Amino acid sequence: MTRLDQTFRDLRARGQLAFVPFMVLGDPDYDTSLQILERLCDAGADVLELGIPFSDPPADGPVIQAAGVRALRAGMRVSRCLELVAELHRRRPDVPVSLLTYLNPLEQYGLQRFYRDAAAAGVDGVLVADLPLEEAMPAIEAAREAGVAPVLIASELTPDDRLTLLAALGEGYVYAVARIGITGEQTDLASGLAATFARFKASISLPIVAGFGLSTPDHLRDVFLAGADGAIVGSALVRRLEAALPDRLAVVEAVAELAAELAAAAHAVHAPTGARPC
Amino acid sequence: MKTLGRFGPYGGLFVSELLVPALEALEAAWLDARDDPAFQAELAGLLRDYAGRPTPLYRSGALSDDVGCEVFLKREDLLHGGAHKTNHTLGQGLLAKRMGKQKLIAETGAGQHGVATAMVGALLGLETTVFMGAKDVERQRPNVQRMELFGAKVIPVRSGSQSLKDAINDALRHWTEHVRDTFYVFGTAAGPHPYPTMVRDLQRVIGDEMRVQVLERTGKLPDAVLACVGGGSNAIGAFTAFLDDPTVRLIGVEPGGHGLESGAHGATLSKGRPGVVHGMRSYLLQDDDGQVQEAHSISAGLDYPGVGPQHAWLKDQGRAQYVAIEDGEALDAFAWLARHEGILPALESAHAVAHVRKLRGTLAKDAVVVVNLSGRGDKDLEHAARALRERGER
Repeated sequence: MTRLDQTFRDLRARGQLAFVPFMVLGDPDYDTSLQILERLCDAGADVLELGIPFSDPPADGPVIQAAGVRALRAGMRVSRCLELVAELHRRRPDVPVSLLTYLNPLEQYGLQRFYRDAAAAGVDGVLVADLPLEEAMPAIEAAREAGVAPVLIASELTPDDRLTLLAALGEGYVYAVARIGITGEQTDLASGLAATFARFKASISLPIVAGFGLSTPDHLRDVFLAGADGAIVGSALVRRLEAALPDRLAVVEAVAELAAELAAAAHAVHAPTGARPC
Repeated sequence: MKTLGRFGPYGGLFVSELLVPALEALEAAWLDARDDPAFQAELAGLLRDYAGRPTPLYRSGALSDDVGCEVFLKREDLLHGGAHKTNHTLGQGLLAKRMGKQKLIAETGAGQHGVATAMVGALLGLETTVFMGAKDVERQRPNVQRMELFGAKVIPVRSGSQSLKDAINDALRHWTEHVRDTFYVFGTAAGPHPYPTMVRDLQRVIGDEMRVQVLERTGKLPDAVLACVGGGSNAIGAFTAFLDDPTVRLIGVEPGGHGLESGAHGATLSKGRPGVVHGMRSYLLQDDDGQVQEAHSISAGLDYPGVGPQHAWLKDQGRAQYVAIEDGEALDAFAWLARHEGILPALESAHAVAHVRKLRGTLAKDAVVVVNLSGRGDKDLEHAARALRERGER
């Protein structure tokens, strides 16, 4: 059983939601980023979802894109990102790490080489944002060969035949889009999430991790009640980071503070029996 | 998907999984419309009566004298809207209606595609939003005003390099979020499948007409066809009819900016290498870590670090040749054609004019060359006048 599988299994047994914070690696710089990530682990992150910065990220909202720009300006490269993950893994070996990236930086680094080096750095899963099932096979094969989970994504628009394929090819968890669109905060969660997640679960046995637009403790409760196993929070944390710049110490504290609140909300949820549709 | 839109190793469908159902629906709708005589008749009627097709093929006396052979201009600059973009926006607009979409979105660089989309939005009663790099909003003011008069909303894009590539990113984002009621009118023969194929199919009318017109006028096929290449829509439109005629040289002219060694250009095929961006595998200006680089060109419409995937394949196969013209040379050609023919070419098209002038002495006297004059230069007046002033010319 992989670290990701074990993490989700333990949380499920305790009736808790996995708290999955997302940050861009190297935002605002390598050292501060490392400190933030350590603090996220200490604040109760169950899995870390970490972005490799890319110049042209159409699957991300403006907040995450700006984070990528900061990281690139601070000199982040694919190799530096993997070093950062490896260092974090040495310091906090128990928290699984999943990477979110676009294809081009991986290909230029070398697809096989990337997955091998990622595995060596302690990476558990990789989601490539611009690889739909039609184009994903080379990356999925490289991931499997290296022992890294190929994480796939689905939304309410994903038809059942694609869910079946996704179930056969994906590992680790399914990134479930909590609304149609790009990453970013939203005030109201899309209705019908419970029905969507129920449909996912009919085809897929992997944990369902909701993302895109989750920013408050209420959102976490909503996706938990809708049947999610985990919740990814990205833009809200990055916005905290951005607001505290340029003071590096304040940045770390601000992100850690919000992360602690969200982790508490994720872990405090104990649904009454029968409240969850799964 | 019926196919993955491959051109050799290029093309494909490199988008979020979330967009695949939309692209699948688009492919199905396009294949269906393409084979529907009623759709084709409606499109042909609009191209003729609304847009003014066929566009003339004009023998330029001044260019013929200058180059020393027979030089013709395919006058896409006379098309309604002022550029070839109308060919593919009419087609995509009709397709949007057929699919029951109420809203159009588009990205634009020079503003020509934005204008052509806004025009069609007004014509067909579809709400239109255009994403345009903030830098381009500044240098293409008249086109912004035209879009707004047509009722479109123009959103200045302030991310990244604030030019065409960033406008595409923002349009893709918006589409992902509003895919149910929104049709993305892509502005060039690039992006994820089916756009490169669909836009080529809609633009090939340029080359189809050109072929007939040249045969009528000269009794033979042209020796060479030249077109500027940013994303590559007018060039693929001009080339397609001649792909199986090996005697016809196909020459794509890329923006050399400040020079190919300056790092400030948009000559993707000349200086880039294969990569993946904006949903396609193609040539790409990128650094060694796979980050996309900013392009530079005096013409906003060529200021793009990617290129349509079919051009990448035509280059690798050696079927088309791709050369670069620098900013200053394009500006010279802009002024020269205005002075000697009374035709103001778009700065984009001026790149192709500049290259044909370089062919002087390399062609037989009876050689026939066609330059696709993809758009008119009114939109560039302010920008070009300033650039000429800075060089101390009028």
